[in-house]
Amino acid sequence: MNLLEIKNLHAKIGNEEILKGLNLTVRAGEVHAIMGPNGSGKSTLAHVLAGRENYQVTSGEVIYQGKNLLEMAPEMRAREGIFLAFQYPVEIPGVGNSYFLRTALNEIRKHRGLEELDALEFLGLARQQMKLLEMDESLLNRAVNEGFSGGEKKRNEIFQMSVLEPRLALLDETDSGLDIDALRIVSKGVNALRAPDRAIILVTHYQRLLDYIVPDFVHVLADGQIVKSGDKSLAFKLEEQGYAWLEKDAANL
Amino acid sequence: MTASIESLATQDYKYGFVTDVESDVAPYGLNEDIVRLISSKKNEPAFMLEWRLKAYRHWLTLTEPTWPNVHYPKIDYQDIIYYSAPKAKQPGPKSLSEVDPEVLATFNKLGISLQEQERLTGVAIDAVFDSVSVATTFKAKLGELGIIFCSFSEAVLNHPELVKKYLGSVVPVGDNFFAALNSAVFSDGSFCYIPKGVRCPMELSTYFRINAMNTGQFERTLIIADEGSYVSYLEGCTAPMRDTNQLHAAVVELVALDNAQIKYSTVQNWYPGDKEGKGGIYNFVTKRGKCAGINSKISWTQVETGSAITWKYPSCILLGDNSVGEFYSVAVVNNYQQADTGTKMIHIGKNTRSTIVSKGISAGRGQNTYRGMVKIQKGATGARNYSQCDSLLLGDKCGAHTFPYVEVKNSSSQMEHEASTSKIGEDQLFYCQQRGLAAEDAVSLIVNGFCKQVFRELPMEFAVEAQKLLNVSLEGSVG
Repeated sequence: MNLLEIKNLHAKIGNEEILKGLNLTVRAGEVHAIMGPNGSGKSTLAHVLAGRENYQVTSGEVIYQGKNLLEMAPEMRAREGIFLAFQYPVEIPGVGNSYFLRTALNEIRKHRGLEELDALEFLGLARQQMKLLEMDESLLNRAVNEGFSGGEKKRNEIFQMSVLEPRLALLDETDSGLDIDALRIVSKGVNALRAPDRAIILVTHYQRLLDYIVPDFVHVLADGQIVKSGDKSLAFKLEEQGYAWLEKDAANL
Repeated sequence: MTASIESLATQDYKYGFVTDVESDVAPYGLNEDIVRLISSKKNEPAFMLEWRLKAYRHWLTLTEPTWPNVHYPKIDYQDIIYYSAPKAKQPGPKSLSEVDPEVLATFNKLGISLQEQERLTGVAIDAVFDSVSVATTFKAKLGELGIIFCSFSEAVLNHPELVKKYLGSVVPVGDNFFAALNSAVFSDGSFCYIPKGVRCPMELSTYFRINAMNTGQFERTLIIADEGSYVSYLEGCTAPMRDTNQLHAAVVELVALDNAQIKYSTVQNWYPGDKEGKGGIYNFVTKRGKCAGINSKISWTQVETGSAITWKYPSCILLGDNSVGEFYSVAVVNNYQQADTGTKMIHIGKNTRSTIVSKGISAGRGQNTYRGMVKIQKGATGARNYSQCDSLLLGDKCGAHTFPYVEVKNSSSQMEHEASTSKIGEDQLFYCQQRGLAAEDAVSLIVNGFCKQVFRELPMEFAVEAQKLLNVSLEGSVG
């Protein structure tokens, strides 16, 4: 069964239409990379799927695990297993990173009919995942993203993702602003999550990330539509030739 | 998102019930006869009556202050009842069993059953219901340590020498309009004296509740910590829902002698008025502590969530060398509430230190003003102050204002001031929701994070209550 099915999706912010008839099907176990020039709608797609309300869906449909995703509140989507790793994670002063994540995890567990974890059980789980991501445990006791470096914020996103164990992970330019070492570590965290019952959508500008997280499919988004799909070799071609040749194609669609 | 959060259900004021008890009520209005009546009702000695009359005569020469950043229709001071006491079945209840069961039931509804308190919690409560102290728990146990904790009226009768010595020593009768009014007509309140070297073994607590209609509540609290003693004092407030505004003008005086410490915590939850701004309590309170002795310390922590109007500046006079003053505050306004609150730290002694942490939260059409003064006198060599004022805005119809005043007359002193204003962003909310939190839970999480610095100063059980109150106060408020 398809995990996610996007059909002819149109979405706008304010009066500007950004997604203009996007189609995409994602099956469990797959990793999809979405590439494309600035302003093509990559981040919009991630946010629309996560339920950000300042984007207005004007037509089309999104079926997630057989349900109409667009009717679900953002927190319900999260509880149903959609996770968005933000490009710019926000700071929440005074709220402990550990407390925040445990609250989130327990909301999701409650939704799935599982027992809530107490602070101690959670700590065990958290420590395990932090080790994998080579994160300093002291980050657990700091406020959510407050005073974190850019790299720490991105790692914290992946850490949250690995604790929350989503079914569909959306990574919005997680590689931007990361140095090579951080990129390697973040990729390791993402790769550890690859599983037959889970899908990942990577939004990225650069082929570089795909050296570490090898996608099953690469899609090029231009002017609000997917104009080209292929395997990893498509990413190499983009790296060499840029997007211009595809945008010309898009104009002729 | 704006629309969805604004539509979150608003919880109604939970403490809005009226207790049907027979009251002993004075006629409307204020004049010397009323002052005499109050004094005689309480069988006060002559010095108290004189003190009250002096205050009343001074009050007549004063005008209501207009400098606070709050707006309300003119108060008719002749249209208020200045004394209302629940009629005792026998004069002067001597134990809980003699207290009107209806009154006790009111406290039970509030979840602070005195019997419960006495039996289970180890918190001694002096409950002020309308204008008289209903009962004081734990009196006997405290008495063994020489601690005096009783209603103000009892203190006047049983410990006149202490009352005479300290009453008005921090807030003089003529201090300000509302303090003078209180001095003239205060009906009751709490009195506490901790003798030399005694560490009070439990949190002392007062619970204020306004019940009768058109009644002003004017309570007076006086706490004296003698040399080397320590006390932690809690104050909680509620009032029933009324369409008309009710006046509350209290005075709290704290005196800390050499090496003594007083920790005073307030959770104020008076009725704030309805969503249209109708009704609610006018809370015009003068709170001041005097660090009279060396190495003494006074710490104010307040969580202000209620009242239509709050006008309140718990302050410290740092007279003794090395004395310490602290002020930790969370003030929340929602709907049409207005708060003008802050503190004054007056450094007189050498090496005196003060800390101010103020967190203002504005929602709905609420207006929140921080007004603080730090004054460092000529002799206050080595004085230090740290001030931090943060404002959080929820929605775009509310306001946050900050008026810090600084007056430094000693060049060896140090002052630091930090201020910030932020808005709960849709970004923060969406981030929390994307992790599975419902919008209202996300708001309370963010707000509680913002207030953390203050909440951790509160005694544990109070901190829990404060968080709950905050959540209730802010429900349906985010845009």
